[in-house]
Amino acid sequence: MKKDFLLAIYDCEEKLLESAEKARDKQIEMYDVYTPFPVHGLDDAMGIKRSFLPYVTFIAGATGLMFAMGFQLWSSVIDWPTIIGGKPFASVPAFVPVTFEITVLFAAHTTVLAFLISNKLFPGKSAVVMHDEQTCSKFVIALEKDKVNVDDVTNLFKEHGAIEVSERNVDVKTSLI
Amino acid sequence: MSDAHVSQLRQPLVPEDRTYKQISEDILDTLEEAPSKSWLIGFAFSVLVLTIGFFTVAYEVGTGIGTWGLNKTIGWSWDITNFVFWVGIGHAGTLISAVLLIFRQRWRTAINRAAEAMTIFAVACAGIFPLIHAGRPWLLYWFFPYPNTRGSLWVNFRSPLLWDVFAISTYLTVSLVFWYMGLLPDLASIRDRTKSGVRKVIYGVLSFGWNGSNRTWHHWEVMSLVLAGLATPLVLSVHTIVSMDFATSVIPGWHTTIFPPYFVAGAIFSGFAMVLTLLIITRKVLNWENYITMGHIEAMAKVIVVTGMLVGLAYGTEFFIAWYSGNEYERYCFVNRATGPYWWAYWSMVSCNVLSPQFFWFKKLRTNITFVFIISIVVNIGMWFERFVIITTSLHRDFLPSSWSMYSPTWVEIWTFIGSFGLFFTLFFLFIRLLPGIAVAEVKSVYKFARHNK
Repeated sequence: MKKDFLLAIYDCEEKLLESAEKARDKQIEMYDVYTPFPVHGLDDAMGIKRSFLPYVTFIAGATGLMFAMGFQLWSSVIDWPTIIGGKPFASVPAFVPVTFEITVLFAAHTTVLAFLISNKLFPGKSAVVMHDEQTCSKFVIALEKDKVNVDDVTNLFKEHGAIEVSERNVDVKTSLI
Repeated sequence: MSDAHVSQLRQPLVPEDRTYKQISEDILDTLEEAPSKSWLIGFAFSVLVLTIGFFTVAYEVGTGIGTWGLNKTIGWSWDITNFVFWVGIGHAGTLISAVLLIFRQRWRTAINRAAEAMTIFAVACAGIFPLIHAGRPWLLYWFFPYPNTRGSLWVNFRSPLLWDVFAISTYLTVSLVFWYMGLLPDLASIRDRTKSGVRKVIYGVLSFGWNGSNRTWHHWEVMSLVLAGLATPLVLSVHTIVSMDFATSVIPGWHTTIFPPYFVAGAIFSGFAMVLTLLIITRKVLNWENYITMGHIEAMAKVIVVTGMLVGLAYGTEFFIAWYSGNEYERYCFVNRATGPYWWAYWSMVSCNVLSPQFFWFKKLRTNITFVFIISIVVNIGMWFERFVIITTSLHRDFLPSSWSMYSPTWVEIWTFIGSFGLFFTLFFLFIRLLPGIAVAEVKSVYKFARHNK
């Protein structure tokens, strides 16, 4: 799936942020913004909603907690009760450390998996790169060309410090390397 | 980013002026150059030591644990000492990457990558010792509760040794994914800047198709914070559980409630010492003085003073409580530690861990690289002795004087321990050659911090 993009290239984050805010104010729809490092304030400028990941963490952690405590109780009380050190079969305090570790294990790995899946990141994926230096030193605002007025937008971005505004045809389909 | 609110006293974290591109070049160019002579010599030496260690362990596994210097009275000694030593070293990496992230300490960005790598390698080294001590390492899976044909007979969930299995496995895997998620942006950066086709493919696969999209960055930052929030109690739990291997037993000298905080403080103490040892050399060899600055070294030296004094406080408390408890076995155990046949181990521990960090009160000394390097090694030696003192001296004078015994390691134990250093340094040398040793993207994000003060 190839698309025509209009790319505004910046060499510093302040100008990028200013342009993105101006574009938002003028209700210009941004396809995405690419930066070498996280730029704070861009989320607001792009209207990105708060990440859902903490909910995943909570649900996965709660699942881990119940699974670990449940399994320890089931194996020690129901499946094969064994007297160890004269402790009760359901020695809940002794089950806390393993329960805690499994809670963290489930919560952490599920969060990472949810992050990778929701952002379509996986080993061997071919990266959609708009500009060769977007992971190094350049900041890029990408707009879908047919959704904007090219001249207006070019002027706006140039006014706010874009070092270059150019058009490029990029394949955005998820594919292997 | 605007940082007009930042105090005029703050100094930039990267002292010399750089462009973003130059930052990438400073840190990543080394990965594309031929290995230096010093790297080759260091790597070859580490592999040699690792190989000797490997054959020693093979001999030990083939012959049995009788090749160690253990006896009926002293059933635990060097193996578990080394296990606790390595796990402890790992803790500094998580502290730097997770705890300092939550406290928004921006200086951590230059050292978190290498420190986390150190964590993973140290935990891997630690894992070897219980594995060997189990006697039949190929039956390792018996540690885990899996449905089996013996009942199913489940593992004993009331045993702190089993808690260790869960703590160490969780700690290792969580540290690994945390570290790897942090690597993604930098791996993508290498992929996009390299001219070599092979590297482009390899780093392309490794970088998961990362392209710096702000939508991804947004989730990435939230995920980092969530993982930091999980890793912080996790790292405290790991050494707490390690200390419970001892504290839940009834051996005088082990059966104390002070162990969890005492062990955690000691772990951070030894871990920061190891980070200093590694990074003082790395920054020199790779010319990273502009990133891992004197400020970083000073900050770590201060952490060493604080944790060193916490450890000292624990030593004192332990002694006082042994006397105050009125329990004659507990009292004897501590008097024996300080004045018995292993007095030299006890006093090495005290002088290395309590006295040597006090030099860092003086700015002149904590900004002297050679001096900091020496103290970092002294602290590591001291922390090894701490575990040896706790484990061996508490055991060697049993309740019955007829069971009193002494312990000395055999060549098998000595070479297994030296071999674990071979593994650690082999992995670290490979890491520094193949992966970005400084979190480039994160350093760029703090580059402008306090720059207007210059």
